[in-house]
Amino acid sequence: MFRTSARQNPLRSSALHLVLIVYTLICVAPILLIIMNSFKSRRGIFGAPLEFPRGETFSLEGYETVFTIGNFPLYFQNSLIVTIVSLLLTVVFGAMAAFALSEYRYRGREILTLYMILGLMVPIRLGTVGILNMMAAAGISNTLTALILVYTAQHLPLAIFVMSELMRQVSDDLKNAARIDGLSEYRILFRLVMPVMRPAIATIAVFTMIPIWNDLWFPLVLAPSEETRTVTLGAQFFIGQFVTNWSAVLAALSLAIIPMLVLYMLFSRQIIRGITSGAVK
Amino acid sequence: MGELAFRNITKRFDKTEVLRHIDFQIEDGEFVVIVGPSGCGKSTLLRIAAGLEDQSEGQVIIGGTDVSLAPPAKRAIAMVFQSYALYPHLTVEGNMSLGLKQARTPKDVIKERIAEATRILALEPYLKRKPGQLSGGQRQRVAIGRAISRHPQVFLFDEPLSNLDAALRDQVRMEIADLHRRLGATMLYVTHDQVEAMTLADRIVVMHDGVVQQIGTPRELYKTPANTFVAGFIGSPRMNMFQGQANSGVIRAPGLPPLPLPEGTALSGPVTVGLRANGLDLHPAPGAGADTSEVVDIDYLGNVCYLRLTLPDDATMVVEQRPDHPFSLGDHVTVTVQPEEVHLFDPEGLRI
Ligand SMILES: Nc1ncnc2c1ncn2[C@@H]1O[C@H](COP(=O)(O)OP(=O)(O)O)[C@@H](O)[C@H]1O
Ligand SMILES: [Mg+2]
Repeated sequence: MFRTSARQNPLRSSALHLVLIVYTLICVAPILLIIMNSFKSRRGIFGAPLEFPRGETFSLEGYETVFTIGNFPLYFQNSLIVTIVSLLLTVVFGAMAAFALSEYRYRGREILTLYMILGLMVPIRLGTVGILNMMAAAGISNTLTALILVYTAQHLPLAIFVMSELMRQVSDDLKNAARIDGLSEYRILFRLVMPVMRPAIATIAVFTMIPIWNDLWFPLVLAPSEETRTVTLGAQFFIGQFVTNWSAVLAALSLAIIPMLVLYMLFSRQIIRGITSGAVK
Repeated sequence: MGELAFRNITKRFDKTEVLRHIDFQIEDGEFVVIVGPSGCGKSTLLRIAAGLEDQSEGQVIIGGTDVSLAPPAKRAIAMVFQSYALYPHLTVEGNMSLGLKQARTPKDVIKERIAEATRILALEPYLKRKPGQLSGGQRQRVAIGRAISRHPQVFLFDEPLSNLDAALRDQVRMEIADLHRRLGATMLYVTHDQVEAMTLADRIVVMHDGVVQQIGTPRELYKTPANTFVAGFIGSPRMNMFQGQANSGVIRAPGLPPLPLPEGTALSGPVTVGLRANGLDLHPAPGAGADTSEVVDIDYLGNVCYLRLTLPDDATMVVEQRPDHPFSLGDHVTVTVQPEEVHLFDPEGLRI
């Protein structure tokens, strides 16, 4: 690693770094702007939007509003429950389906694979009306369960697709050795195959978790009640038709970044090992 | 008690038959090697014995019990794979004990079994290591240790040496031979390498295209191959084969001296003549002639030499010579055949 980068042309490597730094700045700038402005008064936000909070512009009024007026701790809890449970269900059921599709030979397997993966091509929002009716008929509209079911269904196809491709690459001999040692198919999947695929699963987890956390549509349609509101929906509370409390909106958004950041860091440290070893014991 | 029998096993993947009517028995304590070219169905047969694959027809009998429908863990077998197949997250000790724990073996028995396997294979220094920290040869020894600790009735090996380099391959091969002598266990071993087969086996099963070609001791296969496939596959260098015509007690093949038919055979028509490299003698010839061959290549192996000749009709032939032979490249020679070393096959390839 070190030797190859040391041997690289310094000009090329600094050019590369320049490009990467510029790109990083472009990506980070909006987030920085949000966090910066969340610590300013309304006057500060509009008077000097690009400045760091200073003496007279510094204010915690946004955060105060969020914690006093809105029911934010509850919204956070809702978002976390929905995101984590959906994520777990997606990974666990995705892995099981992928294993069934990649490991065993049976009639109709190709059709079943196609059926599972078809979801990749159909935008789930087109089915909103149907989903809404279904949830109402099942009596679970305005519950977190409704959201969890929808998100799990939405993200399963990609998880199945990626994992079944990867599982084909896990050594057959290893699985067979485990079968001879008497391990159940569940243990082979969760204790042998999934740990090998840990990085891939962490990636899937990140790609599943972020859209769920950020989604506004389904919380709005399926669970808009006060007790089931998620953070993204809760933040809308401060955006009025005529007046928008920008400090509060920005404070809510800044706070909403934190859990994702924490989860992301956990995944990059492959917390997944714990998840998979604890899933089936 | 540890015998393994295949009863009329046929295996189809979709419509293609990869095994056809496999029917033979391995006696208790016997070391049988299945040998055949890649893709002939050896691994499939072994996996059927282990219960990792379902046979389409037929039965597998282990120790007198029909285990055709039993899961792998209930068949009293252990298997060693080409790719080692060690559990990457477990230590050497963990690898050897997992199957026993799974079978709810008492703790002290597990300890005893691991100690035994460790002693036999000298694995003591590695017990606490993970497979990733071991070399290829060590990993395969651990895999063998894992098999030993199961105390199976039958050991199954699927090309266990193919991932090892040449020097290690010989070493591990000898360890497997020692192991068999020591444990006296029934072993079924699959390889595409006929040298491995010849050196390890009590009996060899030669397979080709999913069909058993011949079963016999290494000596039987070498001395009396049942057909042209076995003749070509067993023995190194490959047996020389020529198409000839049998007529009034003599066989004539282009480029070869006339060969007498064996006593008591009345044969006429096309035949295939098989000649091993060591059943031929060379004589110097003064120059090129209608019945002389040319030496086009010499492989010096130290204890023997293999000479490649071009016959008058442009066919080639390999002849074994002592290393002090008088020939050099470009020499013209005449070939004579030791009559007892002639193998004859009919047009279907079956031994006459
Ligand atoms: N799972 C499978 N599906 C379809 N064909 C298979 C499968 N496994 C093996 N085969 C086919 O069966 C034949 C025998 O394979 P194998 O037993 O692995 O051969 P060998 O071990 O002798 O090299 C090959 O032609 C292979 O393509
Ligand atoms: Mg094979």
